[in-house]
Order: sequence, then C-alpha cells, then structure tokens
Amino acid sequence: MYVAVKGGERAIENAHAWLAEERRGNTDIAELSIAQIREQLSLAVNRVMAEGSLYDPDLAALAIKQARGDLIEAIFLIRAYRTTLPRFGASEPVDTGAMACNRRISATFKDLPGGQVLGPTFDYTHRLLDFKLAADGDPPKAPTRDAQLGDVPHVTEFLNREGLIEEATHDDTPPPDLTREPLEMPADRALRLQALTRADEGFTLGLAYSTQRGYGRNHAFVGELRIGSVPVEMEIPELGFAIEIGEVTLTECETVNQFTGSKTEPPQFTRGYGLVFGQTERKAISMALVDRALRWEELGEDNVGAPAQDAEFVLYHADNIQATGFLEHIKLPHYVDFQSELELVRKLRREAEAQQLQEAAE
Amino acid sequence: MNDYNFAYLDEQTKRMIRRAILKGLAIPGYQVPFASREMPMPYGWGTGGVQVSAAVLTPEDTFKVIDQGADDTTNAVSIRTFFQRTAGVATTTATRDATVIQTRHRIPEEPLTEGQILVYQVPIPEPLRFLEPRESETRKMHSLEEYGLMHVKLYEDISRHGHIATSYAYPVKVEGRYVMDPSPIPKFDNPKLGEMAAIQLFGAGREQRIYALPPYSQAVSLDFEDHPFEASKADHPCGMCGAVDSYLDELIVDDAGRRMFVCSDTDYCEARQAAGHKGKDAA
Amino acid sequence: MQANTLSGGFADPAIGSAHAFRSVMEAMARPGTIQNIDGATPPAPLSPATGAVLLTLCDTETPVYLASDVNCAAVKAWLSFHTGAPLVGPSHCMFAVGTWDALAPLSTYPIGTSEYPDRSATLIVECPELAASGATMTGPGIKEQAALSLPEVEAFRSNRMLFPLGLDFIFTSGDRIAALPRTTHVSAPMGATKVS
Repeated sequence: MYVAVKGGERAIENAHAWLAEERRGNTDIAELSIAQIREQLSLAVNRVMAEGSLYDPDLAALAIKQARGDLIEAIFLIRAYRTTLPRFGASEPVDTGAMACNRRISATFKDLPGGQVLGPTFDYTHRLLDFKLAADGDPPKAPTRDAQLGDVPHVTEFLNREGLIEEATHDDTPPPDLTREPLEMPADRALRLQALTRADEGFTLGLAYSTQRGYGRNHAFVGELRIGSVPVEMEIPELGFAIEIGEVTLTECETVNQFTGSKTEPPQFTRGYGLVFGQTERKAISMALVDRALRWEELGEDNVGAPAQDAEFVLYHADNIQATGFLEHIKLPHYVDFQSELELVRKLRREAEAQQLQEAAE
Repeated sequence: MNDYNFAYLDEQTKRMIRRAILKGLAIPGYQVPFASREMPMPYGWGTGGVQVSAAVLTPEDTFKVIDQGADDTTNAVSIRTFFQRTAGVATTTATRDATVIQTRHRIPEEPLTEGQILVYQVPIPEPLRFLEPRESETRKMHSLEEYGLMHVKLYEDISRHGHIATSYAYPVKVEGRYVMDPSPIPKFDNPKLGEMAAIQLFGAGREQRIYALPPYSQAVSLDFEDHPFEASKADHPCGMCGAVDSYLDELIVDDAGRRMFVCSDTDYCEARQAAGHKGKDAA
Repeated sequence: MQANTLSGGFADPAIGSAHAFRSVMEAMARPGTIQNIDGATPPAPLSPATGAVLLTLCDTETPVYLASDVNCAAVKAWLSFHTGAPLVGPSHCMFAVGTWDALAPLSTYPIGTSEYPDRSATLIVECPELAASGATMTGPGIKEQAALSLPEVEAFRSNRMLFPLGLDFIFTSGDRIAALPRTTHVSAPMGATKVS
C-alpha cells in the first residue's frame, strides 16, 4: 500500500544530528580548536578568506571546522555570513608598494632594490612525507634578520621608466561591485579582477594552465610575486582624513607578458595582475594569467576562441558557490519534470513502433 | 536566528528586490536583473524564490511551500522552516488558506484567487539560453523581439519526432511581447499561467533575475498552426483519490516494476480523499 | 523643523515597509485598484501615502527628483534623513515626486533602453483625490476593465505606445494609492450613457 512520504522535517533533523556527530569524529581524540586551525592550517584559512571575500581568520577557521574541512562548504558559510553584515563604507585603496613583505621574488631580474626574499615557501622542499610530523615535535627556530624598512618598489615600475611596459593608467573611478550589482556584460577590467580574486582556485588554475599550453597563449613572466601585510585605511567623514583601521595579508602577482606593438607604437611588454587575500600564491599567479588573457580586446589581439579569453564563460562559471549549488541541486526531486519526459518518450516510442509495423506491413 | 532581520534579508536588499518586482510587474515577462545575495541555502535550491518571498512577506501572511507539488518534500520543509523562524509567519499546506505560495516546478491544481501570490523558484530564467549560451546575445534577441531561433528549435523537434519535444519549462509569449521561461513546470501546467487571478513572481537567485506575470495577463504557449500546443499528463486517474484532471507522479510499487499513479499535488489529493473520493489503489 | 525631520518614519521599519510594499505591489499588479497605505507621516506637502512609498522603495542607490511643488527644505531634509536618496534632476531620476502639473513634461524622464527597459523612472504623483471612476483602463492586471480618476488621458496613451519602454506611475492621495504601469491602455471616460 502506498503512503505519501511524510516526516521530511524529522528526517532533516536526524540528518543534522548525525552530521554533527560525524563532524566531531571519535570523541576519544582531542577536539580541534579554532586557534589550532587558524595557526596550523593557515593556507586553508587563507583560501576560505579569499574566495569567501571576508578577511577574518578566526571566522574562516570556524567555517573550516564546521564544514569538516570541505573548503567550498566553508567558503559558502563565510559568504552567507558576509552578506548579512552592514556596510559602513569603503577603505582607501591599499598601497602594495608599502607592503611589509615576507616573500618577494622576481623571475625577470636576478637582483633588484628590496632584494629577493624567498620566505616561507614550499618551492624547494623535496616532497617527501615527513614522518617526524606524525610524532609531532616543534620545529627548530628559523634564523631571523632585521626587517628592511621602507617601501619596496614594484619591478614593473623599473620597466615603465624605460617605456618598456604598457602604462598602468591611474583611475580614481570607484570600481563596480559584484556583490551589490548584478554581473553585467561586457565587464570592465576592475569588475573582472573582482570576480577573479574570489573565483574558485581550481577553476582559475585550470584556465591559467590552458593559456600556457596554447589556448590563448600570452607568455607570462612572473615580474614579481610578493606576499606580506599592508595597512588598511579608511577615511572617516567626521575627521576629514583617513586613519588606519587594520592590517591584511595579501599576495600580489604582476606578470610581464609578451609584447605587442603597432605602426604607431613600438613594441612593449604588457601586464597581467593578481591580488588575493592571504598567502595564496597559486591563485594570485593564476589570476594574473587569466586577467591577461581576458585583455585580448583592449590590446588589439586576436580572439583565438580560447576559453580563458571568453569573459562571459570565465566570469559566469568561476564562482564555486554558484557552481556547486547548481550542480548539487540535481540531487533534489525532479519527479515532475522527469515524469513529463517519461510520458513524452513513451509517446514518441509508441508512434515510432506503430510506424515501423505499418511500414513492415506495406 | 534572532539576530537576523524580519524575513532574514536586510532592508536595503529588500528594497532592491522590491524595486525589481515592481518593474517586473510593469514589464510582464521581461527579466529584471537584480543583485541576488548569498543566502544560507545553496544556489539552485530556491534562493531566488526565497529572496522574492522575503521581500513580499508580512507577519500576517500564511505561507505554503511546495516542491514538485508536495508540501512534505525535504527542500520544501527546509524553506518553510526558514520563514517560520525568520519571519514568524503562519504556515499551511492547504492551497486555499495560503496568501503566499512558494513553488518549485508546479502550479497547484486548485485555481488560485485574487488574494494570493505565487512565487516560483527558477533555475535558468532565460528561455533562449540553451539555444544561445551568451547573455549578451540573448539580451539583444529579446530587445529586438527576435525569437526565430526558438521557433526553429521547436520545429526541428516536429520534423524529427513528429511532436515538440519540450515537456517542461515550455516557453510562453507574454502579452504578445516577451518570450518567458515559466520555470520547469510540466507543460500540463502552462494553461494555468495566463489569466490567473493571483500575482505570479519568478525569482532566479544564481542567475540574478526577477520577472513577473500580473493577474489576468496573457501567457501563450508557443506552437504552430499545424501543431497546436497540447497540455499532457499520464493517461490515468490518481490511484489514491481517483482524480482525472490532476498531474500525476509515477511510482514503482514492487520488485516486479508495477506502476501506480498518484497526484503530484499532495494537498489536492488529500483534500479529495478527505471528501470521500477514492482511487483504485486506496486502502 | 528638526523634530519633523527626524520623525515620521515607520515605527518598525521592517514591518512597516513590508506592509507598505504589499500595497504598492497590489496597486502596480492590479492597475486601477485603490489600496490603503500608512505608517509614514512626512512633512507637508507630501501625503502620508507618498511618504510611505518613498520610505519603502528609496535609499542611497535611488536618485530622486523632487518637482518644484514638493521641493522644499522640510521635504529634502526628511527624505535625506530617512532614505539617504540623492536628489537629482528629472533626466537622471529613478523616482520623481510631485503633482501632475509640476512633474510635466514627461519627455524628460528616463524610459529605459531596449535591452534594459527596467531602467526607467517611476513617477509618484500627488493627487487631490483618488476615485474608481473616470478614465477606462484595460491591460495586464485588469480582469475586464477598470476606472480611475486619472489627471489626463493622452499622456498615458503616448506612454503606452513606447512599450516595452516607458514610465510607470504611482498615484497618491492622503493614505491611499493606485498605480498605472506602462502596459495599461487608457481611454477617455465613457460617461454614463453606455451600459452594455
């Protein structure tokens, strides 16, 4: 006997209770603290802050804990929280030239003012599992030296002085805001960069890689990659001037790309740009490559039909919260739509069979 | 949830959605862009409908949520609970008692009335999207009223299958101007779209679009003179209530694959059973 | 003056605007019907209905044009305090407020573009009275036909010709509103002669 399904509410409550238990795991094992996640899984925290568009390491750590380490789920938690926060205003643009760098490398010049600083990187680690970590044990203290004070000039500025690289024009127009206005095509560069900085790391990486393999190749050199903290300043209308309200860690990547030139302009290098919250190096480099690929039109290049050149394709599919929601919604019941397809296929088959029979008889 | 505003959304967001709803009503069938917010449920799970409901609900409303016609499917339960908590509204499963009904993929069987608002959850609001993936292009096509591509697609179906092979999300032309996606309702429901007494609002969260059908608007399903539109359903009566005029779900009831057909609109079916109607599979 | 500026908003903004919006939406969805709308007490010469509409729909993102007869210090201060809406000229506004005569000419307001017909102005028209008699209206939202005391007929007929572009109108009087979207066909009052 058929009984209409009831008790959806209880099923949901029970599922939530089970989920909470699974999240905690075996209670004989000590529970993770937010501080542990923040300090020891900091690159996961950074990714959640970058793609969640909210700079708050503690909340990001909480989201990672709640999401059982599923970073896209954690990003979703942060986005949903972020959207409820009141907006008090906009900060002044941050000055990455004044960044207190803990990593700064250039692939284009062997040495340069400010020097190359390798910083805390995986780059030259041999990827061998370190079994000592399994038995914990604090690492020995890393050597230190006094910080260099003063601004660290951007590599591209040196090229710019000789006119070797396109001028990055100064523009004080407030950038559009993806989180307040619907995404509209064509999107200008400021809007594209805003979308890319919170885009899914994997999607951005894949697109950037595709340009390297020839799908819209623009031959990028990492002119400079820098990671460090910058002060955030905000103008307080009552005071009439800007005051420092905090500090954020950023990763900035500037690429120096293949030159273009025309009859009127001699050849010069072009730029790609990536700027991302936290230590998020893979993402920042990927962003710079995709940014450069999307600039084909303004630089007078050919559209070779590469995915990374297609702004609509890139921007409408780069957001992992939109993507995962829509992808996963196909788990929801579709009885009604499916039933209508079922009826249609049956009808078409019936007619096709009848026609075959008739043809056989003739 | 006490720290959140009435109906969850902040007032500025609601104003933005409300302005979009009014323009949607003034330009029936036209998709108004709006800055959809991240909601505490995933995109694709009704965030557009939820934002529209949040913008129209008042504390005095009685709210009903259906998914596939049923009040008791898990996502319908989840959305209903959300507004119970955040807006404190009364809820119901009875179509006639509801003032605001949020729906996914169905229009209730019972005709709606003037005091009611039907809010649709829409996954892909653009009826031309699967013919032309680019938003910049489809926007141009709507502005030029260039719907030839849609007719070509439907006609290709006819030449291949002998029928139009679209069975849900069947496009309609609204007031002789905009071609509109009615959300993935079965085409059985299409005739209810036009001349409806209730206000119909459509919300697509991920795609950031809101559109509307004012009461008593024309919404004509696209067709051809030699192949007129036909609203179809499984050719059976409901096994539980015996209704012959309702849209049916098909169930597989035993290992031998025996089928049974039951109303997809659970409220309609239960009300009929309560009134003494009995189908052949009822106990 | 100061007290007047700070007061007159919704007692509970979330609930007050929810109720007011339903009235506006019903009015826009059912052209010709007259709805009650309350909760706001703006300074003269704005009616409570106009005040409620402004509180419900306007904020820092909606440029507002105040026609000459409502463009006074008290109204400006009240609107600015309660909504933060920037004041602009008619050609850049999203909402315009005033009496019918003061809002003229209609040709100065944005009517939207063919790709974005929603980017058009909504005019909030202060009326001496609202009654379900006068010009005849048909179109979406109207079952057979409706009647409304419109200030004139020709302007709405020309506006209808622009569809899908065009202006949308909200009429206010005291604590009542009605609306006329661009889709409504308006014809001159028939008088009491014909009965069908």
